[in-house]
Amino acid sequence: MTDSKYFTTTKKGEIFELKAELNSDKKEKKKEAVKKVIASMTVGKDVSALFPDVVNCMQTDNLELKKLVYLYLMNYAKSQPDMAIMAVNTFVKDCEDPNPLIRALAVRTMGCIRVDKITEYLCEPLRKCLKDEDPYVRKTAAVCVAKLHDINAQLVEDQGFLDTLKDLISDSNPMVVANAVAALSEIAESHPSSNLLDLNPQSINKLLTALNECTEWGQIFILDCLANYTPKDDREAQSICERVTPRLSHANSAVVLSAVKVLMKFMEMLSKDLDYYGTLLKKLAPPLVTLLSAEPELQYVALRNINLIVQKRPEILKHEMKVFFVKYNDPIYVKLEKLDIMIRLASQANIAQVLAELKEYATEVDVDFVRKAVRAIGRCAIKVEQSAERCVSTLLDLIQTKVNYVVQEAIVVIKDIFRKYPNKYESVIATLCENLDSLDEPEARAAMIWIVGEYAERIDNADELLESFLEGFHDESTQVQLQLLTAIVKLFLKKPTETQELVQQVLSLATQDSDNPDLRDRGYIYWRLLSTDPVAAKEVVLAEKPLISEETDLIEPTLLDELICYIGTLASVYHKPPSAFVEGGRGVVHKSLPPRTASSESTESPETAPAGAPSSEQPDVIPTQGDLLGDLLNLDLGPPVSGPPLATSSVQMGAVDLLGGGLDSLIGGPNFVAPPAAAVPANLGASMGSGLSDLFDLTSGVGTLSGSYVAPKAVWLPAMKAKGLEISGTFTRQVGSISMDLQLTNKALQVMTDFAIQFNRNSFGLAPAAPLQVHAPLSPNQTVEISLPLNTVGSVMKMEPLNNLQVAVKNNIDVFYFSTLYPLHILFVEDGKMDRQMFLATWKDIPNENEAQFQIRDCPLNAEAVSSRLQSSNIFTVAKRNVEGQDMLYQSLKLTNGIWVLAELRIQPSNPSFTLSLKCRAPEVSQHVYQAYETILKN
Amino acid sequence: MIGGLFIYNHKGEVLISRVYRDDIGRNAVDAFRVNVIHARQQVRSPVTNIARTSFFHVKRSNIWLAAVTKQNVNAAMVFEFLYKMCDVMAAYFGKISEENIKNNFVLIYELLDEILDFGYPQNSETGALKTFITQQGIKSQHQTKEEQSQITSQVTGQIGWRREGIKYRRNELFLDVLESVNLLMSPQGQVLSAHVSGRVVMKSYLSGMPECKFGMNDKIVIEKQGKGTADETSKRRPSAPARSGKQSIAIDDCTFHQCVRLSKFDSERSISFIPPDGEFELMRYRTTKDIILPFRVIPLVREVGRTKLEVKVVIKSNFKPSLLAQKIEVRIPTPLNTSGVQVICMKGKAKYKASENAIVWKIKRMAGMKESQISAEIELLPTNDKKKWARPPISMNFEVPFAPSGLKVRYLKVFEPKLNYSDHDVIKWVRYIGRSGIYETRC
Repeated sequence: MTDSKYFTTTKKGEIFELKAELNSDKKEKKKEAVKKVIASMTVGKDVSALFPDVVNCMQTDNLELKKLVYLYLMNYAKSQPDMAIMAVNTFVKDCEDPNPLIRALAVRTMGCIRVDKITEYLCEPLRKCLKDEDPYVRKTAAVCVAKLHDINAQLVEDQGFLDTLKDLISDSNPMVVANAVAALSEIAESHPSSNLLDLNPQSINKLLTALNECTEWGQIFILDCLANYTPKDDREAQSICERVTPRLSHANSAVVLSAVKVLMKFMEMLSKDLDYYGTLLKKLAPPLVTLLSAEPELQYVALRNINLIVQKRPEILKHEMKVFFVKYNDPIYVKLEKLDIMIRLASQANIAQVLAELKEYATEVDVDFVRKAVRAIGRCAIKVEQSAERCVSTLLDLIQTKVNYVVQEAIVVIKDIFRKYPNKYESVIATLCENLDSLDEPEARAAMIWIVGEYAERIDNADELLESFLEGFHDESTQVQLQLLTAIVKLFLKKPTETQELVQQVLSLATQDSDNPDLRDRGYIYWRLLSTDPVAAKEVVLAEKPLISEETDLIEPTLLDELICYIGTLASVYHKPPSAFVEGGRGVVHKSLPPRTASSESTESPETAPAGAPSSEQPDVIPTQGDLLGDLLNLDLGPPVSGPPLATSSVQMGAVDLLGGGLDSLIGGPNFVAPPAAAVPANLGASMGSGLSDLFDLTSGVGTLSGSYVAPKAVWLPAMKAKGLEISGTFTRQVGSISMDLQLTNKALQVMTDFAIQFNRNSFGLAPAAPLQVHAPLSPNQTVEISLPLNTVGSVMKMEPLNNLQVAVKNNIDVFYFSTLYPLHILFVEDGKMDRQMFLATWKDIPNENEAQFQIRDCPLNAEAVSSRLQSSNIFTVAKRNVEGQDMLYQSLKLTNGIWVLAELRIQPSNPSFTLSLKCRAPEVSQHVYQAYETILKN
Repeated sequence: MIGGLFIYNHKGEVLISRVYRDDIGRNAVDAFRVNVIHARQQVRSPVTNIARTSFFHVKRSNIWLAAVTKQNVNAAMVFEFLYKMCDVMAAYFGKISEENIKNNFVLIYELLDEILDFGYPQNSETGALKTFITQQGIKSQHQTKEEQSQITSQVTGQIGWRREGIKYRRNELFLDVLESVNLLMSPQGQVLSAHVSGRVVMKSYLSGMPECKFGMNDKIVIEKQGKGTADETSKRRPSAPARSGKQSIAIDDCTFHQCVRLSKFDSERSISFIPPDGEFELMRYRTTKDIILPFRVIPLVREVGRTKLEVKVVIKSNFKPSLLAQKIEVRIPTPLNTSGVQVICMKGKAKYKASENAIVWKIKRMAGMKESQISAEIELLPTNDKKKWARPPISMNFEVPFAPSGLKVRYLKVFEPKLNYSDHDVIKWVRYIGRSGIYETRC
């Protein structure tokens, strides 16, 4: 007898027939009918009308029938809550059944019925089942708590189920432990602050013991939970790692990946000099390679994760290039991922092999794959200088194949090669020009136009070539239009005599006939430049461009660190933080890697603290073509129009960064507004109160609550530089929150609206915590005062000087840039007081070369006054000593990024000059701390 | 966690639909059908995100299994679970086909209820599941209380894969060392990559709760032990060693069935376990060093004008002359515009298969240290297709009676302290089979 007959199509009146059969006296007939109902339910038919009849079949000792009825109930109870109550009695009775399988079945099913009235009845049976003598019932009950929490979180808390669940972590049965851990982890996710899991060395030990004994799935739950723990020091991290490494030999890839996650995370805390660190690195490679012999879907997950691991710790897989060679029969998604990793692992040592492979791939069938392979050849050229020549000749070979998309892709990457190695490979331009006609993709056309414009003096018929593009100007995509405009201006500056007409034509096309504001603006800029000062125009437009370097698509270091904490999960597959694809509050807690060497306070300089090695060398970024303004600023103009003179590379970063997401992000798109307080890592506790102080700001204007010293407002952006907008401002710190007090004055003749603000990356990750809110339009001669709350969870990049902050302000007229220096004391946090012992130990621990001495002259205060004044700015006096008539103050302070600064202040009663000695693991902050002392004491 | 699990046939009709979480609605079933099964393009990723819902899918013949979630789940776990689900279904009713699924849909729902609770995978060992989920449906009244608690303790216990009280009159075990040797060779005969992925599959028919210890010629163990352990191999059936000179092999990495005590392997590198009853995969391993490549393929392709190709392929066997390779098959791809093929081969049979765009050359048996040759003339239709023919690699299939990695089983000891049989009473069989994995030579 088979069940497939239940799927056969139904005729009219079926429901009635079923109803009759369900109420039949014969057991067999009843069962048949229920099966038919389930089959109909599966294919999406509505059989809810049969609810009472099906529920009537529940009272049976036939387990199979019972399970079918339960399945029906789970599906339809929600639509028929009143009738679902009819089932409650049976559930409660079943929870008392002598057979543990039935008890578990009842409690499992009851949790799946999401009807409020039923959940009330669930509490008592659940409580019993959590303490059942049978482990099978307990493990089922543990999951049921999570189910109930999903329906009614308050009820679970009120009934004390959470405590019972916590107790189950110490259960004797490993599977109960695993399910309890899974349930608690899920519940904890929706209460990020509750510290529900309460992981401590004892509970960790219990988990590690259970790890050896439970099922493969249980091991995954436990490892995923362990990954959320932060060991108290490197020794604990090492001992956990030692107990987790055996899991790397498990047959289940998910166990392996979760173990890799724990190890990658805890490794962050181990010192690189440690022998164990090296051992661990060696142990990680083989299991990662083994993952590539799994089924293709798992290979894909593994490869996406390896992509992250290779970026974070390239040393692990640097010798394993060959395993990433593409196999002919790999599914396309595996091929593309392998290619990506190959490029990341390419180095001088293996480049010959890699290139031979890539050339092979470029002749394959799949268009996407071939394109990526061609692009990869270009990236190799940029990454490994020694190979550039070979790459270029390979690309030329490929262009000769005349396969349309290969040619286009090749031209795009050759443009990048030109930018990396100027004046080296320009001899190939002639070959490129031959293929001009076959280019039909915007990116390739734009690249080609860029090449023609850039090397106009070497191409005899550059004007003809560009003119040919101009004919269909309005049909081109924006990126081609912009590029064409710039190229023709370049051409004009190089060969002014023959091309005047051409340049006028393009300028009028761009400024008069186009609806695109970017194009129009750029056209106007060029027009004005050319008409007012051609020499300056030449300097600007033909300025030397910064070289591009390294890789183009590295994941941003902070995101990378976050993703490392999500190894194995969907986030690591998408390469996006969970908040980007998970709805609601679940799982959106930011995770971050633990700081290194936790045993001695985290006192590392900002550039090494969050991300370890890679973040210190910010790679230059090749702006993508879509990045219009960034493109304008980078490729064509030297330094940006306004803004401080800076090293070229950081200008590039700045421009791209500020405008990266397009101007929309200035308005405060979800990717820009800093996450709420929950996201603030614990050591930044200072900014937790920002919401609170917002309130104070609203009610009491300028709060005087124990705030630190506030400098008077200074003009940051004069009106003449910003089309009439004058900005002056200062920084304040009050009750743990930093804000930027701004005064905006409209000195223009037109109304200003649509204000928005954005900061460039800076040394301490300062970022606006809320969008800039100017409620009404700013009419001429009007001034508004705004307090913009700031936080310190933005992207970090070391600036020169350290306290430099680059700001972009936008309004309906334009975007303006300015930079300002913020006083360091706004970053001094409230819990910056170290205890004496710690102070002594730390002072000794910091090498003497990190000590800096300064003189503070002409300060008339005595020791007490100094101490209290400094305290209000969060510089705390740890101890005071009197040595030979001199007062010695020992002080500590902590910066928002967790850097401690220790100070010794020597005050002589007769002498108004103080001596300040500062010790810090990041000595570059000393100078600024000294300045902070000066400002605080002298005002 | 997993929010729901759907099974579809090739047309996209739902055969099984089980929803575990409230955030997954009925429309998810349709979203997957429309966006993935009915998508015009070839599948570009096994993970698809549609309207903030993530779909994981695997395909078995023409059946689609899709797991759905709205959370940041452990993706590796979801796929492992889907594979496991396939294994469990196969263990219950054989091949995964539309017919079998329809025939067993009640059983599948029952299994899904058991092995996935609120989206969390639970014990999914078939050995354990079969004790209480049967196709007949257990009658609860027929079970004794002891039987019930035995079931639950096995399902949740430390040794979830084996039940107590197994008895055999004859204690016997079979060990199969199954290797697949993979090769990618350049036309010039340079090894671009080669590795062996091996599996040790054990079939055990042992009474009680036997404690087993498995030993092989792992370089690390051999070097640790030094000399004087050679006599341990006496029990082994004399199998055909490929190369006697080689003592030990370097294993790049290995993974074990969940019955193996991993912490013990990590600390002492010894492989000890209590095996499940019947057949299971004890370990997987991978080696890349000193691989014996059983065959070498030497291709020669010449283009004669635009309408003709001359292909000559020589294969050489590279193992002891006394051994025989079987089921040898060489697949030589031909261009899409092939109009006719003439083949001459020294040994075996060769045929041009137009539907597969390849010449398939089959040889039943071939001894070691021999060589054979095929030559073919391929006529091409003139085309104006600019794109060059991609020249896929020449691939090979074969089976040889030795382990290309050089792995040898040194011992498998069995201890059952509670029952009265000893290691010596157990009859043990060892067999080595080397097969071709992806064995390709570019031409």
